[in-house]
Amino acid sequence: MNSVVCITQVPDTESRIRIGADGRHVDETGMKFIVSPYDEYALEGAIRLKESKGGDVTVVSFGPDRVQQALRECLARGATKALHVKGETSEADSLGIAKVLAAAIKSVPHDVVFLGKQGVGTDNALVGPMLAELLGYPQVNVVTHLDVQEGKLTAHRETEGAEEVLEAPLPAIVTAQKGMNEPRYASLKGIMAAKKIAIESRSLADLGLSDSEVFGQRVQFVSLELPKEKTGGRKVDGADPAAAAKEILRYIRDEVKAI
Amino acid sequence: MAGVLVFCELQDGTLKKGARECLSAAGSLASATGGEVSAFVAGSSAQAAAEQCGQYGVRRLFVAADNALDQYTTESYTAAMAEAVRQAAPSIVLIPGTSNGRDLAPRLAARLNVGVASDVTSLEWSDGRLVARRFVYSGKALATVAVTGSPAMATVRPNALPLSQPASGSAPEVVNISTSTDSTVKVVETKAPEAGEASLTESDIIVTGGRGLKEAANFSYIRDLAHAIGGAVGASRATVDAGWIDHQHQVGQTGRVVSPNLYIAAGVSGAIQHLAGMSSSKHIIAINKDPEAPIFRIADLGVVGDLFTILPALTDEVKKAKAHS
Ligand SMILES: Cc1cc2nc3c(=O)[nH]c(=O)nc-3n(C[C@H](O)[C@H](O)[C@H](O)COP(=O)(O)OP(=O)(O)OC[C@H]3O[C@@H](n4cnc5c(N)ncnc54)[C@H](O)[C@@H]3O)c2cc1C
Ligand SMILES: Nc1ncnc2c1ncn2[C@@H]1O[C@H](COP(=O)(O)O)[C@@H](O)[C@H]1O
Repeated sequence: MNSVVCITQVPDTESRIRIGADGRHVDETGMKFIVSPYDEYALEGAIRLKESKGGDVTVVSFGPDRVQQALRECLARGATKALHVKGETSEADSLGIAKVLAAAIKSVPHDVVFLGKQGVGTDNALVGPMLAELLGYPQVNVVTHLDVQEGKLTAHRETEGAEEVLEAPLPAIVTAQKGMNEPRYASLKGIMAAKKIAIESRSLADLGLSDSEVFGQRVQFVSLELPKEKTGGRKVDGADPAAAAKEILRYIRDEVKAI
Repeated sequence: MAGVLVFCELQDGTLKKGARECLSAAGSLASATGGEVSAFVAGSSAQAAAEQCGQYGVRRLFVAADNALDQYTTESYTAAMAEAVRQAAPSIVLIPGTSNGRDLAPRLAARLNVGVASDVTSLEWSDGRLVARRFVYSGKALATVAVTGSPAMATVRPNALPLSQPASGSAPEVVNISTSTDSTVKVVETKAPEAGEASLTESDIIVTGGRGLKEAANFSYIRDLAHAIGGAVGASRATVDAGWIDHQHQVGQTGRVVSPNLYIAAGVSGAIQHLAGMSSSKHIIAINKDPEAPIFRIADLGVVGDLFTILPALTDEVKKAKAHS
C-alpha cells in the first residue's frame, strides 16, 4: 500500500509576523520554518499505513529551496522517498498549487494521498479537495480517525458539533485533522537513515506546466496588513464575586446587548 | 455573467444562519455586478425554503429536490452546484464557511477552473474583481485578495457578515435542476451532536474553559453559564489534551476558529494559538486570577479573580436577568 503525503512548510506558529517591503507578503528574514502542523498528522497516517501494510511513503512539497529541510524532517520520521517541486509559491493560488501536485504525483505510485486539512498560516483549506477533483478521486476531509483496508478506507469526518463515518474506494484523498493520530518525533536512527535518501527535484517545466497555469491568474494577493492592535479594555477587580458578576452582567446587557 | 449565486444549507426546512449571512451581503454585491441574487438549495425540503429566500431578496432559486441530497456528499453536491452555476452564470458564488461549504467550495472551484477566497470576513465588487479580506497567520495578519475568475468564488466565515432583517419580498422563480446524485463516498453513520449543545462555530455566544478549571468535573461551571446565557461550550487545548472535554470543543489554531458576538474565557491564559481561534470575536470577557495573563490584552472586559466564585455568581445574575426579560 503506497501513499503520497503533500507537505507545506510554514512559519513557526510562535513567529511574530512582520510585513515585507512589498506590502503583500510576510518578511521571511530570520523566520523559523516548520512542517505545517496538520501535515504532521497526514505524515503519521502514511507512516502507520506503511508499517502495517508495507509500501512507500513519498513526501512531496512545492516551494523554494528551504522546503528541502521540511522534506528531510519527514524522511527522518519515516517517509521513504521525497520529491521537491521547485518554485516560489508566494504568488501561486491554491488551484495552481493543486495543479502542480497533481502533475507531480502522477508518476508516483499511490493508493492514498494525504494532506493537512489546512496549511497553517494561509489557513485556506483548499488544496486537498482541489487535488481530489483534478485527479478524479473521492475525498474525505477533516479526518479524525482513519482505517485503510484493501481497496477502501473508513474515515471519521468532523462537521459542526457532529461526526460522520464515511467509506471511500481507493485511491482517495485524505485531509488530516488533529486527533487522527499522535505524530511521532524523528529518532536518531531515522535522522541518520534519512541522510542517505536523495531528494528528487523537478521544475514546473519538467512537469509540463507553464507559469501562467500556476501563478497570479485566479487569485491575486493585493495587500497584507497587521490588524489593529487591541489595547485591552476595562479591568475590574473580582475580589468581590457578587459585585464582579453584576458588573459583567451590566456589560453583557448594555454594551454587548446579548441579554 | 452577472449577479450572485449563494449556496444555502437548510436546517429543519429553514435557512441556516450562514446562508442568511451570505444572502444579506449578496444584494449589494449583485447590484454592483449589474445582476440579481440567486440561490441554490438541495434535498426534499428545498421547496419549502422558497418563501424565506424571497424575503432575503433571492430572485431565482435553483432547487435540486432529490431526496438523495438530504445527506450531503461532496460528489453529488458538486455536480448539482456546477449545474446551478452553469444556468445562473453568476459573477460571484458565495458559500458559507460551514464544514460542508468548505468541503464543497474547493472541489467546485477546481471543476470550474476558478479561484476561491477562503473564510473571508468582508467582500466587495471592484473593477470586475471580487475583493475580499481574510485573516491569515492565525489572525496575526489581515490579507486582501482579489479573485478574478468567472465566477469568482468565496467561502464566508460564519458570524463575520452582518445579518439583514428579512423583508416582505415576492417568492423567487423556482428552477428545478437534476443531476447525478451518485457518490463513491458513502456516509455509513452520522453521530449527532451531544444533546443541547449549541454548535461552536455558529453560536453567537461562547463560554470557554481553560486549565484554570483544575479538573474535568469543573466544566460544569462553564456548562451552567453556557446553558443559562444560551451559548456554546468552548475549551482550550490544555483541557482537551488532558481529556477533560472532547476535541470538538477546542478553540484555536488546531481547533475551531470562531467569531461570536460574545466570547467569555475563564481560566484561559491566552496563548497565541488560542487567540488565533477567537481574537476576531466582537466582545471578549476574560476571567483569570493572574492580572498579567495575556488574555487580558485582547479582552474588552477583564475580570481579575477566581472563576470558581465569579462564574456561579454570574450564572445566577444571568438567570435572574433572563427571568425578568
Ligand atoms: C502547534 C500548536 C498548536 C496549538 N493549538 C492550540 C489551540 O488550537 N487551542 C488552544 O487553546 N491552545 C493551543 N495550543 C496550546 C497553547 O500554546 C496553550 O498551551 C494552551 O492554550 C493553554 O491552555 P490554558 O490557557 O487552558 O492553560 P494555561 O496556559 O495553563 O492557563 C491556565 C490559566 O488559568 C488561570 N487560572 C488558574 N486557576 C484559576 C482560577 N481559580 N480562576 C481564574 N483563573 C485561574 C491561570 O492564571 C492561567 O492563566 C497549541 C500549541 C501549539 C504548539
Ligand atoms: N506548496 C505545497 N506543497 C505541497 N503540499 C501543499 C502545498 N500547499 C498546500 N499543500 C497541502 O495542502 C494542505 C492544505 O493547504 P491549504 O489549502 O493551503 O490550506 C496542506 O496541509 C498540505 O498538505
